[in-house]
Formats: sequence, C-alpha cells, structure tokens
Amino acid sequence: MKTLRDIWLIFQRHMLLMLRSPLWVFLGVAQPIVYLALFAPLLKPALASLDSGSMATAYRIYVPGMLVAVALGGGLYVGFGLLGEIASGVVERARVTPVSRYALVLGRSLRDVVAVLVQSAIITLLSLPLGLFVRIGDLLLAYALLALISLTSSAISYGIAIRVSNPNVLGQVINNVAQPLMLLSGTLLPIALAPLWLRRVADWNPYSWAVSGMRALFAGHSGDPAVWRSLVIMGGLVVVSLAWSARLFARSVR
Amino acid sequence: MNEAVIQAEGRAAGRAEGRAMIEARGLRKSFQTRKRGKTTAVDAVVGIDLRVEAGEIFGFLGPNGAGKTTTLRMFATLLPPDGGEAVIAGADLLRKPAEVRRAIGYIAQGGGTWDDVTARQELVLQARMHGIGKAEAQRRAAQSLEAFELADYGDRNCKTYSGGQRRRVDIALGVVHRPKVVFLDEPTTGLDPQSRAHMWDMVRKLREEGMTVFLTTHYLDEADALCDRIAIIDAGRIVAEGTPAALKREISGDVVTVRVAAADAEQVGAAQSTAAQSTAAQVTTAQKAADLLAAEPYARSAEARDNGELRLAVDVGESAIPRIMRTLESAGIELSTIELHRPTLDDVFFAKTGRSLRES
Repeated sequence: MKTLRDIWLIFQRHMLLMLRSPLWVFLGVAQPIVYLALFAPLLKPALASLDSGSMATAYRIYVPGMLVAVALGGGLYVGFGLLGEIASGVVERARVTPVSRYALVLGRSLRDVVAVLVQSAIITLLSLPLGLFVRIGDLLLAYALLALISLTSSAISYGIAIRVSNPNVLGQVINNVAQPLMLLSGTLLPIALAPLWLRRVADWNPYSWAVSGMRALFAGHSGDPAVWRSLVIMGGLVVVSLAWSARLFARSVR
Repeated sequence: MNEAVIQAEGRAAGRAEGRAMIEARGLRKSFQTRKRGKTTAVDAVVGIDLRVEAGEIFGFLGPNGAGKTTTLRMFATLLPPDGGEAVIAGADLLRKPAEVRRAIGYIAQGGGTWDDVTARQELVLQARMHGIGKAEAQRRAAQSLEAFELADYGDRNCKTYSGGQRRRVDIALGVVHRPKVVFLDEPTTGLDPQSRAHMWDMVRKLREEGMTVFLTTHYLDEADALCDRIAIIDAGRIVAEGTPAALKREISGDVVTVRVAAADAEQVGAAQSTAAQSTAAQVTTAQKAADLLAAEPYARSAEARDNGELRLAVDVGESAIPRIMRTLESAGIELSTIELHRPTLDDVFFAKTGRSLRES
C-alpha cells in the first residue's frame, strides 16, 4: 500500500517535469514521422511479396513496427535521465527519506510509459490520413502491449545505467544492446523477409514476438495466437526486468 | 571568562548527562580504488567515537579529504559503514536504517533540487516522501517558505534562485518533516559573507526549535562561532574534541601582553630624557612586574622582554586581566596597554597534527 502511494508520488513528480518541458516528447516523434513519410513508400515494393502491395497494407505492416521501435528504442535511453538526477542530488535527497526505493524506479518507468503512449497516439493519428486502418479495440490492445514493451525497455535502461554509472560508457552500452534487439525484431523491416537462420535467431528475441503481436493486431487479427503470445512474453519480461532494475537500484542506494 | 562562554560551557556540561542523539563507536569506512588493475583500499574513516547530545550544534572540523563527508554520509544512512556501530536518535544505524531516516534530515553540500519545479512543489513532495498527507504537506510547505524567508520566491522555479536562496531551500527541504537530528554538509561553502551570517542564524534557529545539528566545515570561524562543540578530524580520525573555548585553552591557555608606562617620565623631564634612558627604565619596571606576577597563582609564566613588554601565559585571559591590573597597581607600577591574545582553532589543529588547517 505504501509502495503504491510512493510510486504514485514519484510518478506525479516526473509527469510534472515532463509537462514542464514537453519538447522532448515531440522530438521523440519527429524521427518516426520522417520514417513514416519517406521510408514507408520505399518499402511498399519490398512488402509486396507479403501482401497485396497497396499503400494501406504497407502502413498496416510498417506502423506497428514503428511503434515498437519507439517504445523499445526510446525506452532504452531513459537511463541517462536517471544518471542526471543522481548527479544533481535529487536521488540522494529522496534516499534519506523513508520513501520506497522501488518507487523511485517504478514511478519513473510509469512516466516513460505515458510518454511512449502519447508518442504512439500522435504517430497513429498521423498515419490515419496515409491510409492506415485499425479497429479501436485492436488499437487499445496494441497500446496495452506497447505499455508493456515500454516498461521493459525503460527498466532495462535503468538497470544498465545503475550498473554502468558513467554516462559516456552508458551511450556505448545502450547502442550495443539496442541495435541487435531492434534489427532482430523486424521493427522496420519484417523479419519474415529474412533467411531462415536469421528468423531462428530472431525467435530468441522477445521483442520479435512483440512485433508479430502488434502486426497481427493492426491487421485486425486479434484472435491470432501471436497476440496472446506477445502479451504473455512481454508481461513476463516486465516482471523480470522491473524486479532486476528495482532490486539493483535499491541495493546500490540502500 | 565572558558570559557567553560560561553559558556555552554550562550548556555542554549539562548535556553531558542528557540524552545522546548521535552515539558512534569505532565507525570505519574504506573505499576500493583501482589503479592499473590493482585494487587498493583507501581508509577514509579509520575509527570514529563520538557522542552528540540532544540540542547541540556539533561541528566536524577538518581539511578536505579528512573524512568529514564520509562520516556524515554514514550517519545519514547513505553509506554502509565497514565496521563499528552507531545509534542515531535512538535507532540503530546498521540494523534499522529506515527508522533512522524517519528521525533525521540531511542536507548535502550541493543540495538537490529539480530545476524546473518550484520550492513549494519540492517542499510538498519532500514532506510527502516522509509519509505526510497531502493537506498537511501543503501546510508545512507554506510554513517552511515563511520560516526560511522564501515566501516571495516560493513559486518560482528552483533554477532562478541565488546561491543563498538555494541554500535556504535545501535546508527547508531537509527539515520539513521536523527531524530530531539534522545533518548539514558544508552548509556555507561558496556563500558570500552576508549569506553565511544569514545561514548561521538559520542553523541556530533550528536548534532553538529543538533539533540537534551536526555539521561539517573547514572554516575555523564557523566552527568557532556557530558550534557548541566540535570534533577536529584529520586523516579519518578524531584528533580533538570539546567546546571551541576549551580546546583552545587546552592547547596553550591565553597570552596576556602588558606594556608598562615609561616610569618617572615627568621627573626626568621630557626635554632631557633620551629614548634610551626611557626604555631602560621601562625594562627595569617590566622585569620587576614580571617577578611579581610570576608568583601569582593564575600565571603559568611571566617573562619580560627588551622593549618594556611582558608576556604572561595564563589559563583564562578574561579573568586574569583584572587580577594582573590589581597586582601591578598595588605595587605602584603603571600600565600603558594590556592586550589579550587567544589561541585560534588553527593553533589547536596545528598542535594536534603539526599542520595548519589554512594550508591544507
């Protein structure tokens, strides 16, 4: 009960900070929008082999991948913010209070989820005039899946940030983690286009399953086994990654 | 001894039987450093024994790197000690850190506020992190802004504050939950003289409100003027402890310098008297005075010098001066000046470590 209250407290503070400087939320969608406008048309012929080859189908495959990229790629970089706060002394100030140590991480992670959902809503809305069509129920389920993905990526980022603790090294480490996770999940290019051995490797990447689930939802196949599988895998990864980073944080700061 | 000193010492003595707010025994901490793959342990704090009574302003004086901040951070539950034990406000530091946190406030040297929120928002959050309800937290925030003279800036973003204002916000944050013990790390480093004096007043106010204050400083005058009791720390261990006045007395006592008047100047006649004659007469008088005073019980030593001056080492200068004057007067020796030199805390530091605090 106290932990939940504390999480809410920390979440509120970080929401306030986000609202005070909302610029970076919009900067976060700038790149996906450029990709959407310029990259998707390029992709249409490539995707033709998978489906009918219309622009609408291209976006139906491209947008959900893009959203996972935002949740995964964006989330992996939130650790810098935590290092900044540790350096500024606000984390230390909180540590000398009885506030839950888990709340200090979870409150932040929830703010990251809100940021990703806002960015996803903007990208979805901008894709509608381009020919994207998705049912509202499927979309909400997709957002729930995005929230889980975002929780995992930000938790992993915080965990790595605490381990590495040097911002210069953190950038290198995150890049090296993000690259293979993104490429091997087919966020931008469907992994279905890949040769068999690459697809087998991608099977070991949980985010590859998340992308399959997202694409099934945007295709209107909410009954597809890929949907529940992705939810279960991401749910499990949420538990593991949050427990890991929160414990790491609690232990490193006592 | 002046009244303020007597009062301060009386308070310290009275507290000796009082309630301990901080009690540490053998507190140790070393850090691992790696250089070219070799791991070496650097002893930051090698064994701190300490007792701070309720209601004291206790100062930790020492040069940079002496272990002041490390000790403070151990007390504030931020750093686990390697050995020893401590009880803070009745709670065991090692076994019950959460309980210690409820009873203490900690103000880091660099503070710790978000740039883009206001002091009021920070105070409300801080109170709420201490488990205080929303309405009460808002009430306390308003009170704190008033008490720390921040009411006019309370709704401005923290990044707009001046150094002194920022420091007051830091202190207000540290005590918004009304802790029993407040830890202040170098509270006035980097402040201008006016803000410093202001900060001293704020610290005294905390004590008036019943808090026990533990602060670190490397300023001699701060330890002297602000603290009831100090511990001098060097190379991770306490080398001296006591009231500033007692510490200084312990070192060498006070020095009183007396200059006798040029004797019989009128009789000799101003025109005929030469400087040499006058000085010679002075020296004789000074020697006579020294012999007289050396026999007095309050003088540790008395020594005449060639320039008509005499130096007396005494225990307490303030009480010695009237007695010196009486002794000399009854012997018919006239004084021209009398001066009191007190040892500084730097003299104390020098006596204990062989180095000057100003140099290190």
